[in-house]
Amino acid sequence: MTSNSRERLLGLFERMLLVRECELKLAELFSDGEVPGFIHLSVGQEAVAIGVMDALNDSDTIASNHRGHGHAIAKGVDLDSFFLEVMGKEEGICGGRGGSMHVADMSVGMLGANGIVGAGIPLAVGSALAHQVQQNNNIAVAFFGDGALAEGVLHESFNIASLWKLPILFVCENNGWSEFSPTSLQFVAEVRDLGKAFKIPFRQVDGNNITAVADASDEIVSDMRKNGGPRVLECMTKRVHGHYEGDQQKYRDADELASLGDYDPIMLCEGELRKMKAADKDITAIRNRIENRVSAAADVGRAGTLPSFDRLLSDVYTPVQEA
Amino acid sequence: MGEVRFGQAINLALDESLKNDPSVVVFGEDIARPGGPFGVTRGLLEKYGELRVRDTPISEATIVSAAVGAAMSGLKPVVEIMFMDFITIAMDGLVNQAAKARFMFGGQCSVPMVLRTPHGGGVNAGPQHSQCLEAWFAHVPGLKVVIPSNSGDAYGLLKAAIADPDPVIFVENKALYAVKGQMDDDAPALEIGKAHIARPGADVTVVSYGAAVNTALRAADTLAQSGIELEVIDLRSIQPWDEATVLASLSRTHRLIVLHEAVTAFGVGAEIAARMADVGFDELDAPIVRVGAPFMPVPFAASLEPQYLPDADDLIAAVHKVLA
Repeated sequence: MTSNSRERLLGLFERMLLVRECELKLAELFSDGEVPGFIHLSVGQEAVAIGVMDALNDSDTIASNHRGHGHAIAKGVDLDSFFLEVMGKEEGICGGRGGSMHVADMSVGMLGANGIVGAGIPLAVGSALAHQVQQNNNIAVAFFGDGALAEGVLHESFNIASLWKLPILFVCENNGWSEFSPTSLQFVAEVRDLGKAFKIPFRQVDGNNITAVADASDEIVSDMRKNGGPRVLECMTKRVHGHYEGDQQKYRDADELASLGDYDPIMLCEGELRKMKAADKDITAIRNRIENRVSAAADVGRAGTLPSFDRLLSDVYTPVQEA
Repeated sequence: MGEVRFGQAINLALDESLKNDPSVVVFGEDIARPGGPFGVTRGLLEKYGELRVRDTPISEATIVSAAVGAAMSGLKPVVEIMFMDFITIAMDGLVNQAAKARFMFGGQCSVPMVLRTPHGGGVNAGPQHSQCLEAWFAHVPGLKVVIPSNSGDAYGLLKAAIADPDPVIFVENKALYAVKGQMDDDAPALEIGKAHIARPGADVTVVSYGAAVNTALRAADTLAQSGIELEVIDLRSIQPWDEATVLASLSRTHRLIVLHEAVTAFGVGAEIAARMADVGFDELDAPIVRVGAPFMPVPFAASLEPQYLPDADDLIAAVHKVLA
C-alpha cells in the first residue's frame, strides 16, 4: 500500500462520512419538525455518489433523483446552502422553493434532484447532447435507482445515447428496492442485458466498496473522454432507511434489515484504512471535523430566514430585463 | 420579401436562428433527412450539419426532456413534436421539468427551449392527429404558448420564441402550412404577449388566435356587406395573453366573442370571458359568447369533420346573437 492510496482513501472516507452525517442530521431535524415535507435518505449508498463524483470535473454535469442528497453534496453544493434549502429557508440554494427533492446548483453542474422517478435520465441525455454540440469534452451523469428501470424514458434514453454516441454515464444504484416493493417483483430484465441490447459498454461493481466504485469510475470516465460515447455502471448497494424518512419498512424481512450493517460502505472503508495502517488519530480527526462541519451547517440552516412569498412571482418567468 | 407559405416562413425563421446563434439546435422525428412531415425543416440538415440538426427516434418523452436538459446546459433547442396529440407522451418534460426549473431552483436557470407542434383539423386526420390542446399548457405556470395565424407572424413570433429565455410551445395549425401570406424578413421579432388588431371595427370584438383568425376575417368580410363591423383581435400568444388590448377593444365595441378551433368547454375562451366579465363588466352590452368545437373528439369522416369545426357561419350566428 502506498501512502498515496491511503491518502486517497482517507479523502473518500471523509467525503462519504460527510454525506452520512448530513443525512443523519437531516433525519434528526426531520423528526424534530425542522425539515418540512418528505426526505429520502441514501444511508448505505454513499460510496456510489462519492466514488462516481471522484472521477468528475466541476464542469461535468449530473442529473439526480429523489434520493439525491449524496449526489448534491458530492458534486460540491455548498453545505450551508444545502441545509438552508432542505429546511425551507430564503438563503437556501433554491430559495426554499424546491427542498430536498429539488436541490440544484447550476454553478457546480448539479442539474437537480428530481421528484419524478426516472425523469433525470433524459435531462442528462440533453446535457450530454449540449456537451457534444459544444465539443467541450465534459460528460453528463444520470443517477437513478433500480426502481427507474421500469420507466420508459430510461429505455428511450439508452437508445438515443447509443445512437448519438453521447458522452453520458448512466449510473444505476441498485439497492434492490423500488420504493416499497422488491425490484425482483417489478422488473424482469438485468441492467447488464439492457446495456448489451442497446450496445452500451456495461460494468457492474460492488457499490458498497468505495475503492471499487472510484476505480471503475475513473477508468470509465477517462475512457469516455478519450473515446466518447455512453457507458452504463451498475452499483450494487443497500438502502438502509425506508423509501422516505418515517417509512417503517414493515415490508422487509427482519433478517435482511439485520444484515445491512455488514455492507455499510463507511465501516468497510474504515476497515480497509486500518488494514492500510491509517492512524487512529487521523480517523478520529476526520470524524470530529465532519461532526463540526455538519453541526455548523445545521445551525446555519436553523438561523435562516423564512422565504418571502412576495418574490415568488418574479421567478415563474425570466424577468424581461434579464432576457 | 413578399408572399411566402406559412411553412416556409417557419423554415426561414429556423434557418436564420441557426445561422445567427451557434447554440440553436433543431431535433425531432423525421425533421432532418426527410425534412419534416410537412416539409417545414427541409434543407436545414444540409446547411447546418448533423451535429445541430438531428432526426430522433420515435421517443417523444425523451425528445422533450432532452431539450430541457440541453437548455439547462447552454443550448437553445428547438424541438418538434410531429402532431400535437403526441405531446401527451411528453408531459413530464414540459410540465414537471421545463415549466418548473426556473421557479423551483430559485431563479438559478432559465429553460430557453422551443417546442414546435402542429394542431388542428381540416385534413381528416382523425381523433388522434387533429386536437387543439393549447389550453392545457396555458394552464401551467412557467410555460408560454404562441400560436401564429399567418406567414409574417409565424416568422416574427418563432424568432421571438427562440430568443425567449423561457420554454415556449409554438403551435402551428397544420391547415395553414400551404397558405401564402406576406412576410417581411427585415421586420423586427414580434413581442410575445402582444396582440394584433387584424381588422378594426366598431360593432363587435372577436378575439381569436391561429387559423381561426382567418375564419373571423372571412366572417367580417361577409358581415361588412350588411353594415356590421367586426373588430378582429389576433392574440398571437395565449400565454401570456394581451388583456389590455382586448379590454380596450371591448371598451369601444361593448360586445365580445371569443373564437377558437379548440373544444369550447374549459378552453382559452373561458379564461378570456371570465377575465373580461370581471375587469370589463361595465363595458358589456351583451353576454360574452364563445365559439369553438363541440365537446367531442375530432371525427374523421370527410362529411363529419366540417360539421365539427367552428366556421364563419358559426361566428356570424354568434354575432347576431350578441347584437340582438
